[in-house]
Order: sequence, then C-alpha cells, then structure tokens
Amino acid sequence: MEKILQVKDLQVSFSTYGGEVKAVRGVSFDLHKGETLAIVGESGCGKSVTSQSIMRLIPDPPGRITYGEILFNNMDLIKLKEPELRKIRGAKISMIFQDPMTALNPTLTIGEQIMEGIMEHEKITRAEAKKAAVEMLQLVGIPSPEARLKQYPHQFSGGMRQRIVIAMALVCSPDVLIADEPTTALDVTIQAQILELFRDIQKKTGVSIILITHDLGVVAQVADRVAVMYAGKIVEIGSRREIFYRPQHPYTMGLLQSVPRLDIEKAELVPIPGTPPDLFSPPIGCAFAARCKYSMEVCERVYPVQSSLSNNHHVDCWLQDERAKKLVSTFV
Amino acid sequence: MNTYFIKRFIAMIITLWLIITGTFFLMHSVPGSPFNEERTTNEAIQKNLEAYYHLDEPLLVQYGNYLTALLHLDLGPSIKKSSQTVNEMLGRGFPVSFELGFYTLILAVISGITLGIIAALRHNGVIDYLSMSIAVLGISIPNFVMATFLIEQLAVNFPIFPVATWTSPKHMVLPTLALATGPMAIIARLTRTSMLEVLTQDYIRTAKAKGLSPVKIVFKHALRNALLPVVTVLGSLAASILTGTFVIEKIFAIPGMGKYFVDSINNRDFPVIMGTTVFYSAILILMLFLVDLAYGVLDPRIKLHKKEAK
Repeated sequence: MEKILQVKDLQVSFSTYGGEVKAVRGVSFDLHKGETLAIVGESGCGKSVTSQSIMRLIPDPPGRITYGEILFNNMDLIKLKEPELRKIRGAKISMIFQDPMTALNPTLTIGEQIMEGIMEHEKITRAEAKKAAVEMLQLVGIPSPEARLKQYPHQFSGGMRQRIVIAMALVCSPDVLIADEPTTALDVTIQAQILELFRDIQKKTGVSIILITHDLGVVAQVADRVAVMYAGKIVEIGSRREIFYRPQHPYTMGLLQSVPRLDIEKAELVPIPGTPPDLFSPPIGCAFAARCKYSMEVCERVYPVQSSLSNNHHVDCWLQDERAKKLVSTFV
Repeated sequence: MNTYFIKRFIAMIITLWLIITGTFFLMHSVPGSPFNEERTTNEAIQKNLEAYYHLDEPLLVQYGNYLTALLHLDLGPSIKKSSQTVNEMLGRGFPVSFELGFYTLILAVISGITLGIIAALRHNGVIDYLSMSIAVLGISIPNFVMATFLIEQLAVNFPIFPVATWTSPKHMVLPTLALATGPMAIIARLTRTSMLEVLTQDYIRTAKAKGLSPVKIVFKHALRNALLPVVTVLGSLAASILTGTFVIEKIFAIPGMGKYFVDSINNRDFPVIMGTTVFYSAILILMLFLVDLAYGVLDPRIKLHKKEAK
C-alpha cells in the first residue's frame, strides 16, 4: 500500500522550569493511503504531541522537535518554513481537536469559519466557497445547512459542533486527517454517530485518518491499524486484529485487560499497577519495565530491539527474544 | 429588541434621577453658601440675594423647582457669574472639551490597542517589556507632569508646538498627547492581558491548523474576542475624557468644561454644581449604554433582547 505519511524517529521536548521533558522519544510509523491508524495510550504518553508535531502546531517555546523526519509527499515537514507549512495545514493535512466546545471561535458564524479555510487555500469566489461549505455540512449530516451557516457556535449542540469541526477540517479535501480524541468530550450515543461519520467520510473521500484516542472501544470500531504508545515511544504496532487478539507487549495486554468486556464471563478488570515513568529523566531501558510483571534484568538496562511478528506487527519487547522464557499468554 | 430599549431608557432616567437627588441634598448639606465670603455682606442684601435665587425657600421646594426646570432642560442661572446661565456655560465649554476628548480617545484607543497587540505577540520579548514599561510610566505619571514635560520639551526647548490655548490644529497636539498617555497605557495593558489569554484558546489553534496567516489569526480570530474587557473600561474612560479634565484645560488655557466643575464647587455655585454633575452623569450613562450595545456587536453570545425574556 502506498505510504502517504512517514514519521521517522520523531523526538519532541518541552523545556519547563523543572528541566527538559522528553515527551516524544523516537516515534516512527507509516500512514497508508485510505487507512485509519489509531494511536492509543494513557494520558501523557505523547500521543497528542506526536499528532501536533505532524502539523507543526507544538507551541514553540516551550516545545521543540529535536530530531526526526516527517515525510509527506517527499517533503520533510520538519524542515519547512512557516509560509510553506501554511499551504499544507488545512489543505493537505487537517486536524480535529478534542473539545468541540472550545475549538470554534464564538464570535464568528460557522459559515465564515468553514469558508475561510477553503478561501485561504483555493482561488475561489465567496459564492463558491459558500456552496462548498453547504455541501460539507450536508456531508457531515447537519440539517438545513443553508440556514445554519449564518449561526454561531453557541447555537449548536456538542455533537453538532463536532460535526462542524469535521466539516471545517474536510472542506479542502485533505489527504490526511488527524483526529485528536474527537469523541472524548461527547456522550456515547453521539460518539457512535461521529465514529460512523468518520467511516462514512473515509469511504466517500478516501482520506487517511490518524485517530488519537485512549478509548479502546473507539479503536475497535474504526481503526485498521493500531499503534500503542507508552512514555513517548510506540511499543507495539499492528493491525487491529493482531493487537486485539494477539497482543505481544505486556502493556498492550494490560490495556486490554483493563477494559470491561461483554464476551468473557467473569472477566475481572485488571488494573496496571504503578505509574508511568518521569519523563524528565526517562529510563534507559524499557519504560514499562518497572510496572511489568514479566520484567527481566535486561529490560531495565537496554531498550529492546524491535521484533517483527509479521509484516505489519512490530513490538518493542525483550520477551520476543529467543533467549527469553516463552510467555504463556493468559490473554484470550 | 424595542422593549429592551424602552426598559433600558427608563432605567437610565431612574439612575439619573437618583444621581440628581443625591447630589442636590449632599450639596446643600455642605456648610456655606454662594454668598458668605470673607467680606461681610449687608444682611439685608444677602436676604435679598437669597430670595432672588429662591435659596430662602424650604429645601424640598427648591428640589421640586429644580426638577421642574430640568424637565424643560433648564439648568438655571449661575449665581457667581450672574450674567450667564449654566446652559450657556456648558454650551460654550462642552464643544471644546469634547473636541479635545475626542482626539484624545482616538489616539489612546488606536495606540493603546496597537501597543497591546504588539506586546502580546512578542510576549516576554524586548518589545513586550519596552511597551509595558511605557505603559506603566503612562499610568503612573500624572497628566499634569506629562503636560509640563511636553511643554518644556516640545514648546520651549524645541519650539515646535505652541505653549497653550486652543485655536489651531497645531495647538491641539500637546494637550491631546498629555491627556492621552494615561488612557493609552490602561488600554495597552488591558489589550495585552486579554490578547495573551485569547491567543491560548483552542479556536486560535484551530485557526492555525486551517493554515491561516498570522495577520488573519490576530485580527479576525483573536482581536475581537480580546476587545471585550477593553470596551468595558472604555465607557467610563470616554465619559470622563469627553467632559473635560480640569488640570489639562487649566495648564493649556483651554476654554473647556473642566474648570466649571472645580470652580463651581469652590464657589458653592449651586446651579453650576448641579448642571455639570447632571451633564457628566448623562454622558456617563449614555456611554455605558453604548458599551452594552458594543458587547452585543462584538460577541454574538450576548444577546440584548434575551435579557427581557427572564
């Protein structure tokens, strides 16, 4: 499959009063055309920072991309200057943010907010932009779009606002859509509708989606592939099937065990003990070692080499080494 | 919407009436009268004078008379300057004060907002510190010091502008500058603070993610949201600037309204005290009303006619 976006060894740091926080410590992944890649992980694991780095939206200062490449159409986004970046933002790569309540400007009509994006990137008249906006609102399922264009964000419900944010992101038909926790601020019924909308739009437009979430339920519904992040690194990446049915990294297993399931009787929720490491001074070895019940001596000293279980299932874990004891998976 | 205006108008009238009543009785409770000066006046003459100005009548009657006259927009005669009515004094003084105040406001608003925006965009940079130091100076230096400084530098040492009076556009430069520094500094600081807050909002990030240029982000998305607190102070600021400032008008020998304020109190010139107060209050109330209208324009979430539904 064609790779539309490649992230190679991305490293991002934030300078704070307490010192330098290494929020992202070498993340690599590819995004294929037309697929949905989910990046999952707990709060503070660097998933949002990764996504905002792709758009170069990390507030600088304090944030800084210290190393790595982000290849898009043979361009390294990290090396681009602001004016060139602006041509990509919103036009080729779009972003949807977590909270639709605050992501829209309260003092501008939603029509204006949708239209300004397309008018920035394409040479079209206002009337054409308006037509595009109406079509976009129809696509995301907002009834009587003509009339609603003139309304302000506060006149919409949360779910409707997220639809508008999605319309705004898609109006220039971008190649890549980055959705940073798009359903976290919504209640579950609306959440299901929005996820449905994502699948629908992908079918219609063929856009590639990076979905940032901590909700494995969301991942199960829409993702083609899943990347699991922990403490600023991707520890396991694979197809949705592989990750859900054959998780290899103890952290992935832990995540799956901490989610309630309906298909297993008497399945107790197993929390992952401990807390994530301090990213002021990240561990030299595997960051999860301190919380891992299979942890070995080597885990704390050396970061594991990546093992590939198949073409598209990779994991950073010493348990994959042939010298390690074979783990009898307790996970079904 | 119409009912809102009617309700608002009634509220404004009531406010004004309260101010008139308060001022009237406070003024009369202060010891002294327009006629007791150091030189002793003949008792009979004083009686006659008091009778002439109806000061011998019971206070409530005087109050009633004043209100009736006011309904006919008659502010009464000046006691000290017996040939003039208060209406004439205000009619002469206010246009001058208004002209000075108007230029001052324009200068203060434009330069204040510009300084504030620049400071916010260069947050913690040299320009930020520089413009905020200027702002602190502007707030802390009293305008009479500023005025004398400007006169010394720009009229005496380098005779570019005239020292005083209010006759040609050239004469207007120094008083306007002197009067504008304070309000400008206040507006600059407010704009900066509120701009900094708005720039961290999620919708600014959304605007960036759309690929908009920094100019569009600042002027279209940030500024309008950042202006609300500025508009709030602008109401009372405008009222006080437009109705004249005693000190600046005195220093530059400008025939404005400001001096009547102060003189009338020293002289116990009752009608003038009342007249200037009523006039100032009316302007202030009007400005606050305009501020409320401006809110509705700036922020669509504030709907004026929604209030009546409650």
